[in-house]
Amino acid sequence: MTLLKRIGRLGGLSLRGVSKRFGTLDIIRDLSLDIEDGEFAVFLGPSGCGKSTLLRMIAGLETLSGGEISLGGRRIDTIAPGERGVAMVFQNYALYPHMTVRQNMAFGLRNVGTPRDEIARKIDTASQILEISHLLDRKPGQLSGGQRQRVAIGRAIVKQPELFLFDEPLSNLDAALRSRTRIELARLHQRMQATMVFVTHDQVEAMTMATRIVVMNQGRIEQVGAPMEIYIRPATRFVASFIGSPPMNFLPVTPTGEGGGFAAVRLADGSVVNTAVPSASLSGAGVTALGVRAEHVIPGSGAPARVDVVERLGERTLVYAVTADGSTIVYDEPGHVAPAIGERVELAFDPSHALLFDANGITYHADPVA
Amino acid sequence: MSTAAAPLPAGRATDASMRGGIGQPAWANMLFVLPYIVVAIGLVVVPMVLGIWLSFQDYDMLGGWNGGVAFDNYVNLFGDRIFLGTIANTLLFVLMTTPAFVVIGLFLAITLNGHLRRHAVLRSVFFASSVLSVTVVTLIWRLVYLPDHGLLADITGLVGIHGIDPVTSPTWALPAIAVVTVWWIIGLPMTLFLAALQQIPPEIYEAAALDRASRWRTLVSITLPSICRTVVVVAVLEIILQFQLFGQALLITGGGPDNRSRPMVQYIYESGFRDLQLGYAAAASQVLFALMLVAALVQFSLGRQRGEA
Repeated sequence: MTLLKRIGRLGGLSLRGVSKRFGTLDIIRDLSLDIEDGEFAVFLGPSGCGKSTLLRMIAGLETLSGGEISLGGRRIDTIAPGERGVAMVFQNYALYPHMTVRQNMAFGLRNVGTPRDEIARKIDTASQILEISHLLDRKPGQLSGGQRQRVAIGRAIVKQPELFLFDEPLSNLDAALRSRTRIELARLHQRMQATMVFVTHDQVEAMTMATRIVVMNQGRIEQVGAPMEIYIRPATRFVASFIGSPPMNFLPVTPTGEGGGFAAVRLADGSVVNTAVPSASLSGAGVTALGVRAEHVIPGSGAPARVDVVERLGERTLVYAVTADGSTIVYDEPGHVAPAIGERVELAFDPSHALLFDANGITYHADPVA
Repeated sequence: MSTAAAPLPAGRATDASMRGGIGQPAWANMLFVLPYIVVAIGLVVVPMVLGIWLSFQDYDMLGGWNGGVAFDNYVNLFGDRIFLGTIANTLLFVLMTTPAFVVIGLFLAITLNGHLRRHAVLRSVFFASSVLSVTVVTLIWRLVYLPDHGLLADITGLVGIHGIDPVTSPTWALPAIAVVTVWWIIGLPMTLFLAALQQIPPEIYEAAALDRASRWRTLVSITLPSICRTVVVVAVLEIILQFQLFGQALLITGGGPDNRSRPMVQYIYESGFRDLQLGYAAAASQVLFALMLVAALVQFSLGRQRGEA
């Protein structure tokens, strides 16, 4: 279909030294980023990290305090939102309540003088893709949340933008619908191969849909990478703590030297943990914390701890155990029978997946597994 | 997942809400609205019924009640050229002021719908005149309309037009009162429109900006449809209010010249309290009431059709 072939094939997005200030408050600080043509980039971060502001700056709904934004090689930060070649799906959908679905989808096209038959054809195609053909004569007030969301996406699709922007569009849907819509959005991206930027604070949305995740914190980019790269090799302690459920375990440690070229650290209870982090990569950095994900904690012999809470989630069981120094370690219980609360366990850590962090939050990884 | 919680007491709240409350009968709810009902009956229903009854009576404030006269009061009214003139004046006044309130009120609201200090200051300025009493307002405008040294005469004198005196002009007396009225209470429709404008989600305007809607298109396709209910409310409210024109006409022109600015309420007042013919005045009141009701219903019905379209 022509509509699908043409969408999003015109170029990537480039941000250069972008900043945003409200008075004396820095919201975005000197941010540079390239998003390739056809990518599904997700801006991920906690509330207030500046991700939505950044998206709105790309859309032209917020001005820049500094820097440049280009789309397909054309500078867009100096032109009006409607002339940038972007379409946006808002968190609350922002459908025009007094217009029918058809009129909502046609509004942008009518404003640029698109012929009637072409508008009708585009609406037909988009509504078939999104399975909303039967809703075209209804008004937004007569639609469910999921249907409104589809209409909002349809309104974006018919404009054939160079870039799609999504501002937390799944946050108003219930859990089941959110999960289904995630899959549909990912499918839509595969089908259209459009350049998309999606903002969310939900790591599951980011991990499931993104081709690349941009993790943001306090107006800065912490890390840009593929979902599994970010999960396995977080660049900073913030990324390590923000990605993953349950969050990564962090234990205070002191360096003890090395064994066979790899760093070893001492826990607060005195036990020594060997890691696969090359000692050379530390180069004098003062390691202060050890990070291990729940699935890389091995119950057996190691640091002693007492079981505090057991969470049975169905597909997995999480055990929260407290060590002698009061740190809590969460781990996956491999068997179906979880230890009893108060039971004493000993925990070891998979050296190849143990991460080390210095006082600045920089991560030191094991070399990539060959 | 292994989460458990104590069961809620089922059914109790639903049953209670259908009765007057836990252990209360349904009529207990009536107690909450009883004061309003008593006041409404005493101050609205009873006077209304009495007014209708009075309009069919020969009731003179000096001579007292002289029995029913059926439709005589109404027949006399519609044979009275002055009364028919007041109907025309009042309708004309409503036609002059109501569209002005809607258009100017909306224009001011759209212009002053911002978060800057100057918007707040100007909103206060435009609303300020609404708090003045009719005597103060008419005094101010009498000075504006003074034939030789008034503000209007001074301004028109600058462009060589002399002898402007709208108050004594049969053509301009009523429009002059309309100008005073719009100036006086434009703050109310402006405030109602402002409240409506602030209910429109800003994302809709952002979506319109991304849809390349021009300012005019945004106004026509987004703003106006979003506040059409308020437009109806303002129009109905102003129709009802402006049919009751009295103070400004009495104090600026006294109804003259040659009854050309005499409104219905002034006629009713003069019939009832100057000529002391209460039955006759009551009949004129019923005509006014009927006109207001019809006008408001027509406007309301038109607005609803537009809203549903």
